[in-house]
Amino acid sequence: MTSPTTPGIAAGRLSAAELANNFDDLHPPLDRHEAVVAADRCYFCHDAPCMTACPTSIDIPLFIRQIMTGTPEAAARTILSQNILGGMCARVCPTETLCEEVCVRETAEGKPVEIGRLQRFATDTLMNSGVHPFARAGVTGKTVAVVGAGPAGLSCAHRLAMHGHDVTIFEARGKAGGLNEFGIASYKSTDDFAAREIGWLLQIGGITIETGRALGNGLDLDTLQAEFDAVFLAVGLGGVNALRAAGEDKAGVTDAVDFISDLRQSSDLTTLPVGRNVVVIGGGMTAVDAAVQSKLLGAENVTIAYRRGPDRMGASKFEQDLAASKGVKILFNAMPVAVHGNGAATEIELEYTEDTGSGLKGTGETFRLNADQVFKAIGQTLTTDAGLTIDAGKIAVTGAGRTSKAGVWAGGDCASGGDDLTVTAVAEGRDAAEDIHATLMGKG
Amino acid sequence: MADLKSNFLGISSPNPFWLASAPPTDKEYNVRRAFDAGWGGVVWKTLGAEGPPVVNVNGPRYGAIWGADRRLLGLNNIELITDRPLQVNLDEMTRVKKDYPDRALIASIMVPCDEQSWKDILPRVEDTGADGIELNFGCPHGMAERGMGSAVGQVPQYIQMVTEWCKMYYSKPVIVKLTPNITDIRFPARAAKAGGADAVSLINTINSITSVDLDNMAPEPTIGGKGTHGGYCGPAVKPIAMNMVAEIARDGETRGLPISGIGGVTTWRDAAEFMALGAGNVQVCTAAMTYGFKIVQEMISGLSQWMDERGYTSIDQFVGSAVPNVTDWQYLDLNYVTKAKIDQDACIKCGRCYAACEDTSHQAISMSADRVFEVMDDECVACNLCVNVCPVEGCITMEQMAPGAIDPRTGKTVEADYANWTTHPNNPSAKAAE
Ligand SMILES: Cc1cc2nc3c(=O)[nH]c(=O)nc-3n(C[C@H](O)[C@H](O)[C@H](O)COP(=O)(O)OP(=O)(O)OC[C@H]3O[C@@H](n4cnc5c(N)ncnc54)[C@H](O)[C@@H]3O)c2cc1C
Ligand SMILES: Cc1cc2nc3c(=O)[nH]c(=O)nc-3n(C[C@H](O)[C@H](O)[C@H](O)COP(=O)(O)O)c2cc1C
Ligand code: SF4
Repeated sequence: MTSPTTPGIAAGRLSAAELANNFDDLHPPLDRHEAVVAADRCYFCHDAPCMTACPTSIDIPLFIRQIMTGTPEAAARTILSQNILGGMCARVCPTETLCEEVCVRETAEGKPVEIGRLQRFATDTLMNSGVHPFARAGVTGKTVAVVGAGPAGLSCAHRLAMHGHDVTIFEARGKAGGLNEFGIASYKSTDDFAAREIGWLLQIGGITIETGRALGNGLDLDTLQAEFDAVFLAVGLGGVNALRAAGEDKAGVTDAVDFISDLRQSSDLTTLPVGRNVVVIGGGMTAVDAAVQSKLLGAENVTIAYRRGPDRMGASKFEQDLAASKGVKILFNAMPVAVHGNGAATEIELEYTEDTGSGLKGTGETFRLNADQVFKAIGQTLTTDAGLTIDAGKIAVTGAGRTSKAGVWAGGDCASGGDDLTVTAVAEGRDAAEDIHATLMGKG
Repeated sequence: MADLKSNFLGISSPNPFWLASAPPTDKEYNVRRAFDAGWGGVVWKTLGAEGPPVVNVNGPRYGAIWGADRRLLGLNNIELITDRPLQVNLDEMTRVKKDYPDRALIASIMVPCDEQSWKDILPRVEDTGADGIELNFGCPHGMAERGMGSAVGQVPQYIQMVTEWCKMYYSKPVIVKLTPNITDIRFPARAAKAGGADAVSLINTINSITSVDLDNMAPEPTIGGKGTHGGYCGPAVKPIAMNMVAEIARDGETRGLPISGIGGVTTWRDAAEFMALGAGNVQVCTAAMTYGFKIVQEMISGLSQWMDERGYTSIDQFVGSAVPNVTDWQYLDLNYVTKAKIDQDACIKCGRCYAACEDTSHQAISMSADRVFEVMDDECVACNLCVNVCPVEGCITMEQMAPGAIDPRTGKTVEADYANWTTHPNNPSAKAAE
């Protein structure tokens, strides 16, 4: 029997029951009564700040009022007409830095309307009834290729299908969903929600998903352009930055996204190995998710080492607090210099940093932490440029996702502009679809 | 702590909070517990004539409307008067009064509109030792169909006649409880006074349908697929009740007639407001039915704190104090000019004031790109809507313009002198100002 203190990397540190409890919903769903009480708090603001803060511009006060008046299904339509992945966004959006941050009741009482949970209540109600509230327009005969079945690709495909176009999604992996399926923390998307949501989304019709089809590997942009009337690229950021620290190749040093992906795809968490002493390098959402989930899997000590101060950290205050509440230690102003160990990692050596104003510099003072597992979460990179113009590591786009090549659009994490968030990917996919539609129908 | 002692019609009670005739005062068990909780008095659930008691419906008897967080704002009921035998009620009243001599105990009565019925019941009520009677001329459902309750209360001659019988066959104070289901409340009040009533109490409940079951297409509460109008009460009726109380308090014919204020009293402040408008005490029903007897503790502590703060040492020092300030529209000062003012520090930038003013009032609030909302004095007519829709109390206020200043909306100088519609040049029947 293993336990949190079992040395090395081991599976089964916690019992199945403890794991089930640990990976349960981070924000449990509201029941009908709770939803009505929470909805009552909305002031139905004029030109509401929450709506402006939402990258998909959901009419938040309207949908909350619809919940309050006992019509959560109508509320769901309001949400989904702007954001077809409103169900996932309700679970994963960092609302504390989006709609809820600007809610006037945050200003008034430091306690915003629970917009995210209300959105989940509405979308769950509709989706649980099996209803898909949108119908396709008459078939146009136009075809569009979408590359990547993450939130940007799915959102774009749905909107195009709604307008009557036929869409084929080419997805490199064996399963659709992108980071919804492989990246988002388990406790944000429980009960196989990502897959269920895709099944529900595809009810619109007119969308075919071909898995195991990767651009750059048997599929090229010219062919796609020849075969389809338009192409939308939504390939995300598949690569991971290198640590550039000695010993990076030792066993036990892996990409955080791979760990998370294994975790998301695991059907039995008791078989998933995790270190006793885990160190995560990075300061974004991925770092926090890897650290928290390591802890929830039963690691004894989990430390996030971030090279800058808390104010620069990509993870929000809420996420930093979440990590702290799960027992994760966050070290600021520390960068890795070497991983030590004989074949497998046993220690990581870090150096304190200071911001000199003209850049980050090591102070020369180093220290070591026990580390049998090191996760790299220092940012993802573009893997396919498809011969397009690149801007700061991403496919350069103007307007609603137009790339340097006519007839090719891009959106989501792989495209320039916007935050790397699910909701932003959905917005960009939707807006590109509208632009593609206008172009194909000769109105662009 | 201020002395809350009340002496209404010579009936003393430790405070002016009485429970109205209704389910809370239905029986000995309730009333004892109410007195133990601190209520100053009760009006016992309305008694009927000797004989088999009335029967209530066996399905739901209440309907309701709710505000935020399902706070009950209005209740409606189709309950009748007591459905227990007369002698049982009389025996219980006797026992309770004996055990609680310092509390007020009033018998509410509703018997058919003939002299003999009243002549029969009044001596028996007198024997209980109750401090007075209240004539239920208000119940708007069920009993009215049988020629009692509001069927009597809507005919001033009947009110006067029955009141006279009561004064003839009963020695203690007679309170006439009025129905609000009438066009002008002053007429029944005058009739009660003419009949010799010692006081009026009001309001009883208002005819209402609170909601409709849209699945079964029937009003609620629904009994076997049908519903009927019921009596409305609770916080929602308070404004209607207070106006009626004030109308009686300032009417030339009924001025000075003691009033027991009823209708939506829920907190000490509601009670103070009724009393300022001329009620000598208040009666409470729905608030007790919603929150239980304990609320009287808040009423007692709240009223005495407020009295201490205001320097009142007894309740009659403020009863009726607001009556002289209740007037007719035509006497309101047209030279009193105010402007809305938004406290930018208190503003939470919800923009409700903007939506309200822009869409439905006078387009007098500006909104900047960064959500700063400001009143434009040259457009503001001082309607108060922004104040009323603002979720933050005290954020928007009405500021009076000083005499001599120029109202930027009208371009006219604000006059110091009082002037009303009766002398206004736009009034075709204006009298020349002296
Ligand atoms: C660990 C982690 C946690 C996160 N947590 C959150 C969160 O809580 N909230 C939030 O809002 N955001 C979160 N994000 C960010 C969010 O997941 C992304 O912004 C979002 O998924 C971007 O969507 P996308 O469609 O652009 O890309 P992806 O979701 O990355 O989808 C891209 C898809 O394209 C496919 N693909 C890649 N290359 C090719 C190719 N050559 N040919 C064909 N298909 C290809 C991929 O397999 C994938 O399915 C998180 C990200 C990570 C990594
Ligand atoms: C269920 C119920 C039964 C009532 N029964 C009587 C009654 O028998 N006699 C009576 O005079 N008034 C009766 N009333 C009216 C109350 O005494 C009171 O006048 C009215 O409810 C308004 O006061 P409130 O707003 O505090 O409830 C009843 C009210 C309710 C809710
Ligand atoms: S900001 Fe808050 S209160 Fe205002 S509309 Fe949005 S959710 Fe409602």
